[in-house]
Amino acid sequence: MNVILLLMLASLAVATVFLGGFIWAVRTGQFEDTGTPPLRMLAEDDLGPIDKTPLPESKQEN
Amino acid sequence: MTAAVPYLDPTRAPRAADARSGKIPAAPARCLHCGQPCVGVGSSAEEKPFCCLGCQTVHALLTENGLGQFYELDATPGSTASGAQKRERWNYLDDPSVQEKLLDFSDGKVAKLTLHLPQIHCVACVWLLENLFRLDPGIGRSTVNFARREVSLTYSKHETALSKVVGMLAAIGYEPSLTLRELDHPKAASPHIRRQLQLGLAGFGFGNIMLLSIPGYLGLDSFSGPFFRTVFGWLSLGLALPVLVYSAADFWRTAWLSLRRRVATLDVPIALGLAAIYGQSAYDILTHRGEGYLDSLTGLIFFLLCGRLFQQKTHDRLAFDRDYKGFFPLAVVRKSAGGEETVAISRLEVGDRLVLRGGELLPADATLVAGTACLDYSFVTGESEPVACEVGAHLYAGGRQTGGAIEVETVKPVSQSYLTSLWDNEIFRKDGGLSLDTITNRYSRRFTWVVLGVAVASATFWLAVDPAVAAKAFVSVLIVACPCALALAAPLTSGTAQRVFGRAHIFLKNALVLERLAEVDTIVLDKTGTLTGNDASGVSFAGAPLSAKEAGWVLSLARHSVHPHSLRLARTSAPGTPVAPVTGFVEIPGCGLAGEVEGRLVRLGSLAWLGRLGVAIPAGVVPAGSSVCVAIDGRFRGCFLLTSPLRPEVEALVRSLGGRHQLALLSGDNAREEARFRALLGGRATLRFDQSPTDKLRFVRDLRLAGRTVMMVGDGLNDAGALKQSDVGVAVVEQVGAFSPASDIILDAAQLPQLARMLDFSRRAVRVIRAGFILSGLYNLVGIGIAAAGLLSPIVCAVLMPLSSISVVLFACGATRWAARRAGLTDATPAPVAP
Repeated sequence: MNVILLLMLASLAVATVFLGGFIWAVRTGQFEDTGTPPLRMLAEDDLGPIDKTPLPESKQEN
Repeated sequence: MTAAVPYLDPTRAPRAADARSGKIPAAPARCLHCGQPCVGVGSSAEEKPFCCLGCQTVHALLTENGLGQFYELDATPGSTASGAQKRERWNYLDDPSVQEKLLDFSDGKVAKLTLHLPQIHCVACVWLLENLFRLDPGIGRSTVNFARREVSLTYSKHETALSKVVGMLAAIGYEPSLTLRELDHPKAASPHIRRQLQLGLAGFGFGNIMLLSIPGYLGLDSFSGPFFRTVFGWLSLGLALPVLVYSAADFWRTAWLSLRRRVATLDVPIALGLAAIYGQSAYDILTHRGEGYLDSLTGLIFFLLCGRLFQQKTHDRLAFDRDYKGFFPLAVVRKSAGGEETVAISRLEVGDRLVLRGGELLPADATLVAGTACLDYSFVTGESEPVACEVGAHLYAGGRQTGGAIEVETVKPVSQSYLTSLWDNEIFRKDGGLSLDTITNRYSRRFTWVVLGVAVASATFWLAVDPAVAAKAFVSVLIVACPCALALAAPLTSGTAQRVFGRAHIFLKNALVLERLAEVDTIVLDKTGTLTGNDASGVSFAGAPLSAKEAGWVLSLARHSVHPHSLRLARTSAPGTPVAPVTGFVEIPGCGLAGEVEGRLVRLGSLAWLGRLGVAIPAGVVPAGSSVCVAIDGRFRGCFLLTSPLRPEVEALVRSLGGRHQLALLSGDNAREEARFRALLGGRATLRFDQSPTDKLRFVRDLRLAGRTVMMVGDGLNDAGALKQSDVGVAVVEQVGAFSPASDIILDAAQLPQLARMLDFSRRAVRVIRAGFILSGLYNLVGIGIAAAGLLSPIVCAVLMPLSSISVVLFACGATRWAARRAGLTDATPAPVAP
């Protein structure tokens, strides 16, 4: 019957790991916003190289 | 001007969303960037239509920087660019004291901040705002929270400045709404994290204890023996302790607070019950009498937290800024010895010289020093016709300058000005009392005492009869009566009801409103902006009809102005009307427009102005209300009468409301249309015209003093005081998300016909709450009966408690949805604010 005790400890250890993972996920803000990531994936990634030349001043004035 | 104001701005053209919902008649061409009809001073480049130069510039800016995908993600995704703006407007943001309040983080090199951008409305917005670094290399990472309409971004303090970042955002049409509230109170740490951790921990404890309890439920003790029962018992006790201490912390705190205030809220028996269950379980386990009820305890906490999270989620979605200060432009241009400087209005002092440009709000009462003031007091009085003032005139706070720039000297501090005093009139503030006074707490106050009474009575009885049972009976009564079902019924029903309302574009401030809504017996309607639309067309011409050529001249002139009347004239002209170029265009604020079209001098303006210019006015022309007179080559041609037509379906709405409720109509306008509204509302209704905001407030207050439960329906701006005074204040807004501070309910204008169904549904929802109470009350009666008799066994307790909770949950959600269907409340189309 001691195997039950071992299994018990193993299952609790696994559960604690998951609890730790959950706490880490919450603390790093992964549950803060569940609405935007589904929208974000709709956009293409490849935009080409960034144009490093500064914008004409007249455009910025607007 | 803050970003909140454009929604309320009558000069503002309709947004793309309005156009899609079909509120606006089809216009010839739509702006490629923002989707607005290209009327007025349109602009086009490479055969692409734009509504204004601002939108065209943004389009050019985006395509040049390789951000053309913006236009592929959504049709006409842009926000209206407000056109040329003075950069200096944002200079106050570089003031270290202001930055200290706005920035989330700053180490001198890199700064991080979160801005609220109410204009975020589609996937393209998210994409563009997350690629801001392409527009300003000083900006690092930017992340959008779509649900909260927020962007959080980091920028390098060396490469750019906060004023430049905000100015750039404003230039591409996402002007941050920086309210004073944000400046006054820096953001508090998110309470979400704690709530999610509490829920997660409760779930963890619940799941594991449930596993450990299975042998007990299945009667496997005979196999495993007493050793495992003891081990499992100890493990459960250990697992339940953090749940009890951390996850249920809020219950302990509120129970303690309400005990100190000597108010018995529902949290008192919950806390007492939790303590009793844990105590009883610990006693059972330590004395080897049984496994206790720790699975029920953790399950109870888990479900209670789920219910509260559900309610909180609903609240977050409906978080509206109720701060009146948000009405005012955040900063104004002050004249000082060294020239002009931009200051936050909280730093204004009496005697400051301010420069007020067109479209800006006057933050404090002031005297006009220079320029021609043409103030639109629609925020204060409800009248959208601007009031022209001469130098030396006293100007009231809340007025919006509609002509050119003026110079004023403040005579009152911001906090004491007329508008704030109207807002601060909180003698009868409805949520001033204890917010604990919800339906739940009204029942629970009795419930708590009844339960305690029964527990004490049964303990006393058993002390006399059989002292061994006394302690058991006392604790079991508290356990089984632990009013989890009671606690779940109200929040779940009101949460579901708020969701149903939200899908119909009706937003409730809190659950309390639902209860009050059900008790409404008197409905006070505001006319302007509520029964009548602001942007709908109702233009008729008095005089000999204009020829096609003349109509063309009028349109040619009108499209050069952004005055509300000009916009309406331009919008209602027949399609295909020829447009000719205008030379020598002048707009005289408060008077009218003049210009030469095809060699003819065309004037549009007020009768008095034309008279002063020597135009012969035929006898008998006395236009009532809003009108625009036309003179061509100095000859009077007639005048346009601008009437405000009723919103569609108002007649049907009034009929369905009138059956059950006493109706009243208040209007800031004159009594010109009395007969029309008398016919609409019927003989029983009260009609009042020429009402100032204070009159409206007094009218509502008198009704309430006469014992009536009043719902005030207004546009939330000029009748802010009356809305606040009423039991339920409903603000009818053209744009969901528009700022309406005084209201309890914010209603999308398109949903106005649903008002009667909304009331019907609220009554049904409150009935569902009551039925939920009765249902859980029955469970409690049965349970307490058994417990008081000293017959409570662990099985009965374990079965009864989750069963009652789950059945009440199912009942609350199901019955509320069914009630919504019965009330005929339908979802708003197109899809609401956010998925």
